Amino acid sequence: MDLFEYQARDLFAAHGVPVLDARVADTAEQAEVAAAELGAGTVVVKAQVKTGGRGKAGGVKLAHSPAEAGARAREILGMDIKGHTVHRVMLAPAASIAEEFYVSVLLDRANRSYLAMASREGGMEIEQLAVAKPEALARVPVDPLRGIDAAVARDIVRAGGFAPEVTEQVAEVLVALWEVFTAEDATLVEVNPLVRTADGRIIALDGKVTLDENAGFRHPEHAELADRGGTDPLEVRARERDLNYVKLDGEVGIIGNGAGLVMATLDVVAYAGQDFGGVKPANFLDIGGGASADVMANGLEIILGDPSVRSVFVNVFGGITACDAVATGIVQAMEMLKERGERIDKPLVVRLDGNNAEKGRAILAEAEHDLIEMVDTMDSAARRAAELAAASG
Amino acid sequence: MAIFLTENSKVVVQGMTGSEGRKHTQRMLRSGTRIVGGTNPRKAGQDVELDGVRLPVVGTVAEAVRELGADVSVVFVPPPATKTAVFEAVDAGIPLLVVITEGVPVHDTAHFHAYAQARGTTRIIGPNCPGLISPGKSNAGIIPADITKGGRIGLVSKSGTLTYQMMHELRDIGFSTCVGIGGDPIIGTTHIDCLAAFEDDPETDAIVMIGEIGGDAEERAAAYIASNVTKPVIGYVAGFTAPEGKTMGHAGAIVSGSSGTAAAKKEALEAAGVRVGRTPSETAALMREVMAAH
Repeated sequence: MDLFEYQARDLFAAHGVPVLDARVADTAEQAEVAAAELGAGTVVVKAQVKTGGRGKAGGVKLAHSPAEAGARAREILGMDIKGHTVHRVMLAPAASIAEEFYVSVLLDRANRSYLAMASREGGMEIEQLAVAKPEALARVPVDPLRGIDAAVARDIVRAGGFAPEVTEQVAEVLVALWEVFTAEDATLVEVNPLVRTADGRIIALDGKVTLDENAGFRHPEHAELADRGGTDPLEVRARERDLNYVKLDGEVGIIGNGAGLVMATLDVVAYAGQDFGGVKPANFLDIGGGASADVMANGLEIILGDPSVRSVFVNVFGGITACDAVATGIVQAMEMLKERGERIDKPLVVRLDGNNAEKGRAILAEAEHDLIEMVDTMDSAARRAAELAAASG
Repeated sequence: MAIFLTENSKVVVQGMTGSEGRKHTQRMLRSGTRIVGGTNPRKAGQDVELDGVRLPVVGTVAEAVRELGADVSVVFVPPPATKTAVFEAVDAGIPLLVVITEGVPVHDTAHFHAYAQARGTTRIIGPNCPGLISPGKSNAGIIPADITKGGRIGLVSKSGTLTYQMMHELRDIGFSTCVGIGGDPIIGTTHIDCLAAFEDDPETDAIVMIGEIGGDAEERAAAYIASNVTKPVIGYVAGFTAPEGKTMGHAGAIVSGSSGTAAAKKEALEAAGVRVGRTPSETAALMREVMAAH
C-alpha cells in the first residue's frame, strides 16, 4: 500500500526523521485556517496524490498569506494530475533550500535482501537520476540481520558522496528511516528531497512510503491509512468481502482460482478478444484454491454488478477442491444470487478441468441453467466468452 | 532421482495438529509421502491418527530430526508464527524446509532467508507456495498428487494453479519433479536454483518454467539458461494484461513503472533460446514437441 506524502510525513515524525510542521486541508477554508496556524511567513500548498511530477502539473504552489493559501488550495483541489484527482492538500512552511539530497531504504527482490540508496543530487525523480547519472546514486546492500546502525549509515552516506560536514546529520536520518522501515513493516521508505536549509538543518521535505499489507496483523492502525476515496467502488465492495479483486477496463468478467491461473486467464481472454472487436477482461478475481459456493456467489455478485461486464468467464482448475464441488458451488451461487434479488442476465462461460471434471460438468449440465455454457478448454472458453461479450455490445 | 524430494525423504509437518496441517498431512500420506510425524510443543508425546496411521507429535523440529530421522519439514503454521517456525527448523539443521503459509510479512521472510543463508544447511522453498512433488515418490505440500504421473519433465513455477494446470495438460508424459516456488517478493528457492538442479538430474529430460509479472527473476533465469542449461526449456509468463501498480493476487505480482512486465520477461527468455507459449495450452503443446523429438 502506497501512502500519501502527509501520511509518510507523519510516520517519519513518529520515528524521529526530521520533518517540517504541516497541516492537511480538504477545502480552501480549511487551508486558510491551516496556514494561519502555521504562523507568519510563506507556506507551500501541495496536492496529495500518489504520483510524481506534481510540481510540473501545477500541484505545488507558494502562498504568502493565509488568504492566498486558501486561494491556492482552491486552485489545486479537484485538479487532475496524471489521472489522480486531488482531494486533499498539505500545507507546510516554505523552507530556504541550500542543497537537495536523496536517501531511501527498500526491499531488494533480486538479492532477496534490502538496499539503501543515497545521492547528494536529490530533487529530480530517482528513476531519471538512475539513468542520467548512475554514478551519482550509491546503492548499498543492507544485511537484514544487522540492519542500519550508525556505522552502516555512515558508510552509506560516504558512498553517496555527501560532504563531510553533513555526514553525521544524514547518517542520523538514515538510522531513523531504518526504524520507519522495520517498525512500520515498510517495503520502501524514500526521502526526496532531503534538504539542507540555509541555516544548516537537514529536513525530509517530501517522502514516499509503501507498507507491506501482509504485515497488517501487526499494525491494526495501518487500516486507517487506506485510501478509500481513490479506490474503485467495486474494489471496495470486493475488499469488504475478502475477495482478491482488481478492476480493469474491459467487458469480460473473470473469475478463477489461483492468482497465476487468473492472470493467465486475463491474457488468454485479451488474445481471443483481438478477433472480436478488441474486447478485454473486465477484472482480476481470484477466489482461491477452495472455491466454495459462498465465495463463488460473492464473486459473481461483484462481477455481475459491474455495468461494463457483458459476459463472464469462470475458469477453474480442480486441484485441492474437486470440480464437482466447484460445479455445485456455481449452481448454489446462482440460487443464492436469485434469493438476494440480484439480476442475472449475463451469459456465463464455465471451464472446469482437473479433478472430477466430468462429474462437475455433469452437475452443471443437469442444472440446465439458461445462461451457463460449458466449454472444455481454457483457450476455447476464452474465445466463447469474448464472442458473447462482443455480440451483446 | 528427481530433485530435492525423493521416495526416501522423511517428512515432518510443523502445524500438523491444526486443521489445514491435518488435512494436507492426510493428502500427503495418501500420495505416498513418508510422513514421520509432526511438531507441536503443547501436544508433544501425543499421536495423531490419519487413515489408520499413527503419527507421533514431538515438541520441536530438532527432536523430529534426532528421534524420527526427518530430513524435510513442511510448515503450515499461520503467518504470525511462521518466522519462529522457520528459525526453529533452520536451527535444527533440516536440509529442506517447505513454507506453505501465505501472507508472511516480507520483513520476516527477508530475515529468515538471511538467517538460513548464514547457517548454510537449509534450503527453503516458499513461502506462499504449494510445495513440491516428485510424482509417485513423494509430495511435500499441497499439490494434488492424482492429476499427473511420474515422468521426465521438470517443472518450476511461481504459481500454484498454473503448476496444476501444466501437470494435468502433460499428465500422459509425466514429471520428474514439480516445484512451486511461490509468489512472494522474496522466496527461498528461485527459478535458477531449480533450473540448476534439473540440469544435473539424470531423470529430467526437459524443463517447463512458469513465471509471472513482478521483479526480474525470469530475466535472471533467462541469462542463467543461456550460459548454463543444455536441456530444452519451454517457458510461460502470466500477466501481459496486468495494469501497472496493481498487485495481482500474489504479493510479488506487481508491475512497477516499466519494470516487471510480462513482455520484458518473455523477450528475455526468447533471447536465451527459450520458446515461450502464449497460453498454458500452447506451452504444453511446445513441450509435447520437445518430448516427441527426444
